Amino acid sequence: MIKSLHKRESELANSKRQLEILSNGIFQKGALPTFKEKISETNQFPLKAKKLEILQINVGYMCNQVCSHCHVDAGPDRKEIMTRETMQQCLDVIKTTGAHTLDLTGGAPEMNPDFRWFVEEASKVGIKDFIVRSNLTIITANKKYHDLPEFFKKHNVHVVSSMPHWTKGKTDKQRGDGVFNASIEALKMLNAVGYGMPESNLRLDLVYNPSGAFLPSNQKSMEKDFKKGLLEEFNVQFHNLFAITNLPISRFLDYLIASENYEDYMYNLVEAYNPSAVKNVMCTNTLSVSWNGFLYDCDFNQMLELPVNSKAKHISDYNEDLLEGRNIVISQHCYGCTAGAGSSCQGSVI
Amino acid sequence: MQKTYYDPADLKKFGKISEWNEELGAKFFDYYGKVFEEGALTEREKSLIALAVSHTIQCPYCIDAYTGDGLQRGITKEEMMEALHVAAAIRGGASLVHGVQMMNKVNKLDM
Repeated sequence: MIKSLHKRESELANSKRQLEILSNGIFQKGALPTFKEKISETNQFPLKAKKLEILQINVGYMCNQVCSHCHVDAGPDRKEIMTRETMQQCLDVIKTTGAHTLDLTGGAPEMNPDFRWFVEEASKVGIKDFIVRSNLTIITANKKYHDLPEFFKKHNVHVVSSMPHWTKGKTDKQRGDGVFNASIEALKMLNAVGYGMPESNLRLDLVYNPSGAFLPSNQKSMEKDFKKGLLEEFNVQFHNLFAITNLPISRFLDYLIASENYEDYMYNLVEAYNPSAVKNVMCTNTLSVSWNGFLYDCDFNQMLELPVNSKAKHISDYNEDLLEGRNIVISQHCYGCTAGAGSSCQGSVI
Repeated sequence: MQKTYYDPADLKKFGKISEWNEELGAKFFDYYGKVFEEGALTEREKSLIALAVSHTIQCPYCIDAYTGDGLQRGITKEEMMEALHVAAAIRGGASLVHGVQMMNKVNKLDM
């Protein structure tokens, strides 16, 4: 298992260094337009936050996996974990905000010792769509997690899980040896309690991230291929596939640079820029909360340590009037969300 | 003067051929787009055919384009290589099948 950039003390563990790379080179020399210049062409700068619809909470960077493309730089060696006190502050906000979606992510959110308490409390609020982003392998990793499918079912959680391909080779290459078999086993456990079955209300969606320096293809046709591959080979079912573009930050940026694909990838992102995707980018209706309660426009900005441009910087200072209409903080990584049909934590945006 | 006949950057300029004949260029790209739409064959199957043909005609632009397209569509390297062997088998077979002509002539003329 590889180590996180933080554990390796890589220079890319420093978000400032990542932002330097994204601002210098091809963008400084003018070979490619900056994201600000690009969205200004269609008068879409500054990007403004609309009404909050999705509250995404990162409950910690600890994970049982070390995926090669991870924008969080998550892994077993990361110790940043949300406390119950911060969770309570999040709950206080969830009760008052009109957000229709609560989205728990990590790391592996299930590894937070207060995860189950948080899910139990949050499920009482009656939010319309309660998502937990589960990496699947956590369900089979240890006996204490084997009942997670039942636990999710009890609280009507919408499970969203990463699955880069319906074959072992491509999956294990991105997510580590043995991940594919463990993921299939976990998907079968979820199917067994009703998750992902055609007529079931227990939502199970999969996330596809390309396993290399290329962009995702059409989400609908990928979904068809995934469904066919997983059903025919493994008798596994799911509802929808979200095709998500890898953003050039953290471990994926490290991979792009090490494999000498960085410049070509940025050229591809800029070339695939779609101005009509801009108005639907997730940062305009989402707020991302970090493990220690700070607020960001999205999970990517959280990892780049680019806080919201508002006086309300922490979940304990949450104020709808201060946050709505704020200018979204952007850099060149934002091209990842406007390429082709656009990309968000809920998949394509067009 | 350009030092090589092929420049990868030229692939991105393919659309510019319409500048010198807009009507035919537009017709070609319209046809091209339609060909690759899902029909009796899936877009994925068409991408694999295009990859195999690219190797048969040894077009570096096409190989570049359809290797990338295949990766984006989740086509595995095993599938790609099998498609290439189909192309290679037909190409090799096309040479070898002419051996029948050679054999016919030898059999006719040789004592």
